[in-house]
Amino acid sequence: MTKLFMFEKPLGMRDTLPLLYEAKSAVRKKMTDEIKLWGYQFIETPALEYYETVGEASAILDQQLFKLLDQQGHTLVLRPDMTAPIARVAASRLLNLQIPVRLAYDANVYRAQQREGGRPAEFEQIGIECIGNESVSAETESIALMVSSLKAAGLTEFQVSIGHIGFVQALFLSILGTEERASVLRKFLYDKNYVGYREHVKSLPLSSIDKQRLLDFLGLRGGIDALQKAEALMENAGGAASLSELREIMDQLNDHDAAHLVHIDLTLISHMSYYTGPLFEVYAGNVGSPVGNGGRYSNLLKKFGRDVPATGFAVHVDKLVEALGEPESAAQVSCILFSQERRKEALECAQEKRRNGIRAVVQDINSVQNVDRFTAAYQEVELFIGGKRDE
Amino acid sequence: MNEYVTIAMPKGRIFEEALELLRKAGFILPPEFDDSRKLILEVEEEKLRFFLAKPMDVVTYVEHGVADIGIAGKDVMLEEERVVYELLDLKISACYLAVAGLPDTKMSDVAPKVASKYPNITSSYFREQGEQVEIIKLNGSIELAPMIGLAERIVDIVSTGQTLKENGLVEYSRIANVTSRLISNPVSFRLKEERISEIVDRLAAVIDRLESGESVF
Repeated sequence: MTKLFMFEKPLGMRDTLPLLYEAKSAVRKKMTDEIKLWGYQFIETPALEYYETVGEASAILDQQLFKLLDQQGHTLVLRPDMTAPIARVAASRLLNLQIPVRLAYDANVYRAQQREGGRPAEFEQIGIECIGNESVSAETESIALMVSSLKAAGLTEFQVSIGHIGFVQALFLSILGTEERASVLRKFLYDKNYVGYREHVKSLPLSSIDKQRLLDFLGLRGGIDALQKAEALMENAGGAASLSELREIMDQLNDHDAAHLVHIDLTLISHMSYYTGPLFEVYAGNVGSPVGNGGRYSNLLKKFGRDVPATGFAVHVDKLVEALGEPESAAQVSCILFSQERRKEALECAQEKRRNGIRAVVQDINSVQNVDRFTAAYQEVELFIGGKRDE
Repeated sequence: MNEYVTIAMPKGRIFEEALELLRKAGFILPPEFDDSRKLILEVEEEKLRFFLAKPMDVVTYVEHGVADIGIAGKDVMLEEERVVYELLDLKISACYLAVAGLPDTKMSDVAPKVASKYPNITSSYFREQGEQVEIIKLNGSIELAPMIGLAERIVDIVSTGQTLKENGLVEYSRIANVTSRLISNPVSFRLKEERISEIVDRLAAVIDRLESGESVF
């Protein structure tokens, strides 16, 4: 271990400096305003939760959790996502009031990173959870709201891919017979290892027709025609239900005018066991990983004693800011320099500006060492210096 | 679609073979490609942009999305564990990862040491075997390590076994087979789906024909 520099931060922790802060807060405001317009209620939950409850219920791998002990010796975790804390709150307090419940959040989450110090271990997510809505209108609404809030934030080019874990499971189980074998194949998809998937399929003791069905499964991507191909591949009724759910979602998204942004990708598996129905990811051109994701998770609430389905999405604010690129212009700030005898004038001028929504800095010129360098950071400079103006 | 697809290509030995494969798949690549010293090459007719990178770095470029797709050895993918799609086994540059050392030697009981360019693969292999070893990362000439007493074993890629033989080393066990793979960034895989699928299909067709022993021309 090397000695730490005085200004060092723990691995993956980052400071948000003014320019980035401005960009993030602008995005945050636009997204949260849009989410509020859809009637979702924002809540906050503590950063620390018990490992045994929220920690274990969350979708994040154990080795990515930041753990610590409280004074009684309980293991605590820094919340690795917001879905599990919201499920906890909803199960204990809110579900008695009304169903479905529409909740939203804007919070930092924590995931320890093993590789490359540059990756954030603390990052902000904005998202929603719609709890207790059993029909696919919940998924439709999640996707439509995600699309609409991303547009509100200023993102113009992006694409959503939607898959259905129910279809994958039904197909794999009907061909392979056991959950154990199905999960081996699922793991290949989760690892994005198509080469391994194909090799594994070829090595299985299956009829050549079934092997071909599993190989053809990898091609179930694209427009609505991918659903037709999937129907052709499918022989079992369980999978058909999943496909008709996707069809219905796509149909409903048409009414939200969002269907053109949504592609079918039945190979999409964003988590090994968390999602239980439709799931989706959103991609923007210049960011190498998904900007946001979501889906239906019906088993989580059960862990907190309430058996209701839920759907949600989370958008990774830093990645969204990255996708939006450099902000067009930094916020305008004017600088008012004064000398003591004209302080009152300077303050009045500043107040006038602030009343009009203009940011204004008031600075005594005697404390400025280099006036040119100091004022260079401001778009507008006003001087109240020396004797009173002639009137 | 008029969008360019950016391909990260590994420099050196794999490059030649990959180029041959791309040409067999019908991609029109200019002849100056072969001996060009340029790092970035655009092929306008194909809407492809190639850049040349260290083989170990291809996965990194693709993961970060500056390359949509790339050609990387399975050894590098195992070592780096990056989040990329492994789309196709190109079946070129075949070799394997192996544990080697001087003949008739045992690992030290006191301080077993293994030298490798692949510390992560080495570590996970020996952990799987339940052996605790010290891993020494080297950047090249790995065969030297047992000969001068730095380590009793090495983990390295072996293609013909000639290098091992020339240095008086023998193979103790095989870890994994290695060939080059076509990989894709997860976002490009979705946003440039049609173009990438087309490239995959064309390459897959050639590989199948080569596999079945048919001559391609």
